[in-house]
Amino acid sequence: MDITRRRLLVLLPAAAVAWEFVRAGTPESAPNYKTSEHWWGMLIDITECIGCGSCVRACAQENDVPDGYYRTWIERYHVTDYAIERPQVESPNGGKEGFPMNEDSSGKNFFVPKLCNHCADSPCTQVCPVGATFVSPDGVVLVDKNYCLGCRYCVQACPYGCRFINPKTNTADKCSLCYHRITKGLTTACAEVCPTGARQLADLKNPKDPIHEYLRTHSVQILKPHMATGAKVFYNGMDGSVR
Amino acid sequence: MHIPVEGFMYPNEVELQWSVLIVLYPFITGLVAGAFILASLERVFRVQAVKPTYRLALLTALSFLLVAPLPLQLHLGHPERSLEMYLTPHRSSAMAMFGFVYLWYLMAVLLLEIWLDYRRDIVLKSQTAKGLPRLIYRILTLGSDVLSDRSLRIDERLGYFITLIGIPSAFLLHGYVGFIFGSVKANPWWSSPLMPIVFIFSAMVSGIAAVMLLYMLSSRLRGKQIDIRCLDKIAQYLMYTFIIDFSLEMLDLLQRIYEADESFRSLDFMVHTRLWTSQVIVQILLGTVTPIALLGLTQLFSLTESIRKRIYAVAGCLTVIGIFAMRWNVVIGGQLFSKSFLGYTSYKMGFATREGLLTAIILMILPFIILWILVKILPPWTDEESISASEAIPVHAAS
Repeated sequence: MDITRRRLLVLLPAAAVAWEFVRAGTPESAPNYKTSEHWWGMLIDITECIGCGSCVRACAQENDVPDGYYRTWIERYHVTDYAIERPQVESPNGGKEGFPMNEDSSGKNFFVPKLCNHCADSPCTQVCPVGATFVSPDGVVLVDKNYCLGCRYCVQACPYGCRFINPKTNTADKCSLCYHRITKGLTTACAEVCPTGARQLADLKNPKDPIHEYLRTHSVQILKPHMATGAKVFYNGMDGSVR
Repeated sequence: MHIPVEGFMYPNEVELQWSVLIVLYPFITGLVAGAFILASLERVFRVQAVKPTYRLALLTALSFLLVAPLPLQLHLGHPERSLEMYLTPHRSSAMAMFGFVYLWYLMAVLLLEIWLDYRRDIVLKSQTAKGLPRLIYRILTLGSDVLSDRSLRIDERLGYFITLIGIPSAFLLHGYVGFIFGSVKANPWWSSPLMPIVFIFSAMVSGIAAVMLLYMLSSRLRGKQIDIRCLDKIAQYLMYTFIIDFSLEMLDLLQRIYEADESFRSLDFMVHTRLWTSQVIVQILLGTVTPIALLGLTQLFSLTESIRKRIYAVAGCLTVIGIFAMRWNVVIGGQLFSKSFLGYTSYKMGFATREGLLTAIILMILPFIILWILVKILPPWTDEESISASEAIPVHAAS
């Protein structure tokens, strides 16, 4: 076949794009799972959380999270009645080993588990220069570690501090809502081990999911609603001091 | 490495993401944009007084622009994947689109303008030089060695046209860097519609000051008389631009203080503690108010030439330091506080590490080495004609 210079100039970019698709590979198969039938989120009941740290440990083990980094963590709030805007917050080692006894009996204490909010309008995916992080069709914000440049722009863009650079891969890392589990009909590792049921995986597209009844009957909130990120982690019993 | 934390940070926030290398990046692109805008004064706005710096400013811009991607490359977790930004760009990402802005500026504006401006010299040198330099110049002609009146007129016209496009492009280049920071809504220290404008003016300030200093230094090294008319004019532009830049920054500050939104208390505390030296002392007092006052002195009083030169040298140095401090305070300052507004972390710069001080110093020396080489190949001086047209016979002059 005769290839003219002009033809080659057209073919080369096309071949480059095709090569990108070949390299991207095919996703892990999950034969009975249809992404279009789900829209994932999570419900967290602050009134139920006892700050035991089981969820943090389970997450680290399940997802091989390096020490000092957190896909999920727990914060303990101490709020006195006159300083709602200045709560005292701590999260020693992400709450992985639980919390030491709080001697201060004034005000109120409560635990707030945190994880990626799997925002529908996520600022982190918006800024990724190559689209290595994206919202999946079933509403989970994921990172392709084989594609991420490690520029850290997404870490800066997340208002909730949920992302970090994994020192093993040098790429962005975050909660995947245990995507490898939920696509097989399981719940997340953190929800699985929570002794009080404070964390519940929620499928907002499934009409039979109890989340719908819960959202109808409880006053739930999301974190930093003014950021308009479309967060899908819903908190029950959340105090106004939580940020 | 233990990082001292005060108050509460989200656990993943303790480690700073963007290091001193990301401070260098807006600093360097700022110098590029500023130097180009100074060069365009002569070309487009016919400010004849700054002519001696025209070519020097262009070469300075190119030297720094060639180095600009290096700090980013060194910073990336996977530099080998960086070309993906061009191959599969994510259109909603400010950073991805910046790659194209950079390429546009480098290829369509700067290289083309320099080549057109130097083409006559390059062709002449390709005929008179010997050995390797001859080969270099022959390659640089890109096969275009016609020096007829018509072709020189086309060079001139096209060069003018490219400078016309170049001015908004230079604004775009650095304004866009400002947008990369200003569009991060999660970070109140960065998130501001004024950010691109402040970046453009601070770029002009740093670029003008840098070219002014380079002109003074190169004149001294070459043992040539400084064109004081040129220097006075540049210093005047520097002062006016700096006043606009400072006013914009103060406007931003006043707005923040008066609005005092949820982030204000946290940011205010940061400025009074961790950023006090770099922001208040170095950036504002030493790097902004002092040079503006010094430049103001030269406008208000009739000082002798030698005093003016000294003042310009001091004001220029302080200006460049001040703008560097501004970049530092934006990039590093924006990561020292928690997005919970309840605590602060620290930045510990390594020395001989991938993103350490030594790397930063080498990256800052590199543009000067490139500039030195460029000046050797393409002398920018107007006070000596290194080669006259009569020395060589244009090959296709008659065509």
